[in-house]
Amino acid sequence: MSGTAARVDARLPIRSDRDLVWLRQHVRQAAALLGFSLVEQTKLVTAASELARNTLVHGGGGELRVEQVTEGAAQGLRLTFSDQGPGIADLEQALRDGFTSGEGLGMGLGGARRLVHAFSIDSTPGVGTVVTVTSWAARPPRPREGRS
Amino acid sequence: MPDHEALHQHESPAREVAAFLRRRREQIAQRWADEALFRSVFTVSRDEAVEAGRVVVDALAQVAETERVEDPDAEAFTVVREQLAGMAAARARYGLSAAQVSREVDALRVPPTDLLATDLADAPAEHLRACTTALTVLTGTLRLVVLDTALSEGQALIDRQRMQLLEVATPVIRLWDGIVAVPLIGTLDSARSQVVMETLLEAVVAEQARYAILDITGVPTVDSLVAQHLVKTVAAVRLMGAECVVSGIRPAIAQTIVQLGLDLGTVVTRAGLADALGYALRGLGADIVQASGGASKR
Amino acid sequence: MSDGFLSAGTGAVPVLKLGDVLLVTLPGDLHDGLAEQLQQDIGEAIVRHRVGGVVIDISGVEIVDSFLGRVLAEIAAGARLLAARTVVAGMRPAVALTLVELGLTLPGLRTALSAGAAVELLGGPDVVRPADRRRGDG
Repeated sequence: MSGTAARVDARLPIRSDRDLVWLRQHVRQAAALLGFSLVEQTKLVTAASELARNTLVHGGGGELRVEQVTEGAAQGLRLTFSDQGPGIADLEQALRDGFTSGEGLGMGLGGARRLVHAFSIDSTPGVGTVVTVTSWAARPPRPREGRS
Repeated sequence: MPDHEALHQHESPAREVAAFLRRRREQIAQRWADEALFRSVFTVSRDEAVEAGRVVVDALAQVAETERVEDPDAEAFTVVREQLAGMAAARARYGLSAAQVSREVDALRVPPTDLLATDLADAPAEHLRACTTALTVLTGTLRLVVLDTALSEGQALIDRQRMQLLEVATPVIRLWDGIVAVPLIGTLDSARSQVVMETLLEAVVAEQARYAILDITGVPTVDSLVAQHLVKTVAAVRLMGAECVVSGIRPAIAQTIVQLGLDLGTVVTRAGLADALGYALRGLGADIVQASGGASKR
Repeated sequence: MSDGFLSAGTGAVPVLKLGDVLLVTLPGDLHDGLAEQLQQDIGEAIVRHRVGGVVIDISGVEIVDSFLGRVLAEIAAGARLLAARTVVAGMRPAVALTLVELGLTLPGLRTALSAGAAVELLGGPDVVRPADRRRGDG
């Protein structure tokens, strides 16, 4: 199992749109390695692409940290996007669908949140933004939650 | 016989227990091999039971050495975790309840406690009590580790079976060239809806089906979450280049949908599977005609 | 005006002309710059060759995020202004599920199961499917 960590854990730069291609490939391979289903892989890679583009466009670039996480028998992947950009003043507004301060369809943050199992964001204006997402493999979907 | 003088002067109780376990490793393993837990798991060879016992004693000694008798997360336990889980699982398969397994693990405490009392017969009563307590705590922690491991094993099994059940419960039927249907029976929860969506979409690709029918005749209730899944399925099917028809919405469900104010505006619905099939066939350019001489129908 | 490769100049995503239709096959993953270049190439090719339809085959595409989704929607909208219809063909199930979860249903986009079905769709009457008509596009 420590062998997979070596191939999963990584720090990847987010400096150009070409970095996004490499980043998507790494996340895809890592998720496949940990036993994510094709749909779960696709969701996580898409979320990663959205968040990395946010880091690039709004944060002025930064980096992605990829880590393997374990909880009991469940294998997961934690992605941490960080930048030293201007930060987000109104987080609630940024997470709402349709809000966009740049390119895209305004689905970036809110959309990415729906594609992963856990999502957290920490942003300080003038200091930067850190977005952390986690998704799990080999775990059947939980019974219905009280989400509307 | 062990050299008493060298041992128990001013050692911490945990370390004293560690030294005791190493010293008495063979005797404890031998006696454990005759306890119910080991005896019933290693039915063929007693030697195997003794060997398994040695490994567990070693682990306990290591845990005691690091003074972590109360810590189920102590590294040394990880070595025996798999083995203990296997043993507990074997007992569970035999039909024992968690409480019974727990009692069997607890019974392992007796042999080393007796031996400890013998070994420390000459030691001050205070010291003997402290060491016995440390040993009791240690075996209590062992019991916790076994149960915890056994429970998570059980959870993994339940998860696996739930996934299998989900797959079994979602058949795809090819109704016509280019038309597939998925009849749904029973309650739709989030997990099942997900599987249904994926199954239907895969079928659309596999059959190159221009129409996918989702028949919910057998679904007792539709709440907002299920409605949301229906809308999502329809949208995903459309993105792939096919059309999804929902059939079998019973009057009561139609009422609920209206009362909940759910928007199924983008979803093509038909009362029954037959109507949906007719709709799809016409969409494919097929004509449905009455054979001459047949009984007249609507 | 013969059929064949058109966009040799950019060296990016090849745009093929087949009769009255442009056929574009997207690679598994393309970076943003390439996607924007493609948008431009298609517009120019429509005008130069006066085609009536564009088929974008995405059966090889592993993910569509909101950026690529926007590019596809804009290609279709731009083509419409140039009197050409666009069909996106062969979206994978996992990609479709993800897009829907993302909240991106691309209502203005015509879709088909395969490039072949897309060409067929373009050969037919402008408004083909009742579902499309109900949504008011096409």
